[in-house]
Amino acid sequence: MAAELNQPGWKKLTWYVVLTVLSLVILFPVYMALVRALSTPVAYVKAGQPLHPVDIQSDVFRRAWNEGDLGAKFVVSTVVTLIIVAAQLGTALLAAYAFTFLVFPLKRLLFALFMATLMLPIEVTLIPNQDTIRNLHWLDSYPGLVAPFLATAFGTFLIRQGFMGIPRDLRDASQLDGFGHLAFLRRVAIPVTRPVIASFAVIAFLGAWNQYTWPRTVVTQGKWETIQIGLKALSAAKVEESNIGLAAAILAALPILALLILLQRQLIRGLTAGAVKG
Amino acid sequence: MSSEETPVRRLGGGRMKDALLGYAFILPSLVIFGAFFFYPLFRLFYLGLYQQNRFGTSQRYVGPSQYTKVLSSKDFLDGLSISGRYVLLTVPLGLVLGVMLAVSANRRLRGIKIFQTIFASTVATSVAVASVVFFVLINPQVGYFRDVHFLSLSDPATALRGVALSSVWQNLGLTFVITLAGLQAVPEEIYEAATLDGYGPIRRFFRVTLPLISPTMMFLVVVLVVFAFQAFGQVDILTGGGPAGSTETLVWKIWHSTNPLDQGTGSVMAIGLFAITLVVTGVQFGLLNRRVHYGS
Repeated sequence: MAAELNQPGWKKLTWYVVLTVLSLVILFPVYMALVRALSTPVAYVKAGQPLHPVDIQSDVFRRAWNEGDLGAKFVVSTVVTLIIVAAQLGTALLAAYAFTFLVFPLKRLLFALFMATLMLPIEVTLIPNQDTIRNLHWLDSYPGLVAPFLATAFGTFLIRQGFMGIPRDLRDASQLDGFGHLAFLRRVAIPVTRPVIASFAVIAFLGAWNQYTWPRTVVTQGKWETIQIGLKALSAAKVEESNIGLAAAILAALPILALLILLQRQLIRGLTAGAVKG
Repeated sequence: MSSEETPVRRLGGGRMKDALLGYAFILPSLVIFGAFFFYPLFRLFYLGLYQQNRFGTSQRYVGPSQYTKVLSSKDFLDGLSISGRYVLLTVPLGLVLGVMLAVSANRRLRGIKIFQTIFASTVATSVAVASVVFFVLINPQVGYFRDVHFLSLSDPATALRGVALSSVWQNLGLTFVITLAGLQAVPEEIYEAATLDGYGPIRRFFRVTLPLISPTMMFLVVVLVVFAFQAFGQVDILTGGGPAGSTETLVWKIWHSTNPLDQGTGSVMAIGLFAITLVVTGVQFGLLNRRVHYGS
């Protein structure tokens, strides 16, 4: 439906109006969150909850950072996310390489086993997995927060697709150059598939930063809370401090918003991988 | 050994060395999958056969009867029906809105990229962020829409709708991005041909566009249904399962069965959830293979 640029002016104008209205509807919840984060809560409610902030507290983000102990939660979230992204890249690159370029018995069965994990969301296995983490004494620890997410079937599949697109000529040339597998992986396969790998890394970051159910399952002490699960307690606080929870929610979304703006191409390619065929 | 493999010109060492390298490369992933995906799946089936005593200190074999008992219990059926309703509240509305946004933004206009970024922007929100943001909109005491009763979080008849609305908004960015990609993959000549054949915009949408993006739509339906069946964070933050248990989704119930006393019951429920996930993703594979848009 990609309409032409040379359509009549009134038609263009209509579409601008439609697009603007839709944008306002989508942004309305964010706008209201911002208004209420900046307002003094009691004064705002007394003023009848208008569409603009009341009695602005411009230091609310700093207060959220200090009173909500957001600094510590950002550290936990950042460390957890970086470990998961790095580990998923490592395990998925190696596994994808094996499934693309190496020949070994039971390869197909093992690949099917990898893909089967896609049908086993963490929500299904919460009970035994929490037991495992408890028995390893990993509740309230980085190992407990990251362990189930160090490998990824989705990433393996995506990177394998990328590897399969490497031309035969390139492999033959590398062989003539005397490259072993590790050299071929490092100096040819990874550089050539960098767009795919980057898209996957962005998606992995998004998933790891935003996850809720698993951290909620293995964290019992406030100091091990990720920013996401920390939001629950902050938003449940009394009305007088409801602006703190909102400021925290806005801060929690900023890293991903930055990804959306700075790495939009990679993010969108990652999100649409598997959805649209050719 | 593996004669069905296409012979690959091998780099580096011999056949045996390559095979060992292959196993070494998949070993790290296999260890994680074994420990946190396959072992717990077997453990679920095992736990489902046992009942814990009052103190959670020992367990008693009760056999497969626990499966039939739990799967036909009011608790499980309530969870199933709430999760089912959650699917119905989130998936159709989310799809229609996503398609609406994608169709509106799929045109060549100056500044269209800005609108596309705004429409995609909710991908930056997590379940927790979306829930906190929506709490100030529909909170029964001080929410902006506190007088909109059909969304009220304090009424058991409507609370699930309020929770669902936050999910619809949160998933809108993803639905938009994927639908737009689907639309952009349709060759422009097809539209031109349809226009030449005298199709108006509405007929063109239902007769040409929608059939062509049906595989993308199927993919989205599956993703959104699976998301809806996994709903936990939004319930945890917005309602805590209440009021009167009206928002206790399946995963909410499973999560609250992690204490040793309820593990047997919770495990059977988790197997129920697993079965649902299998069916939904199975339907996807089946339909994808039939290439939806060539049907009829």
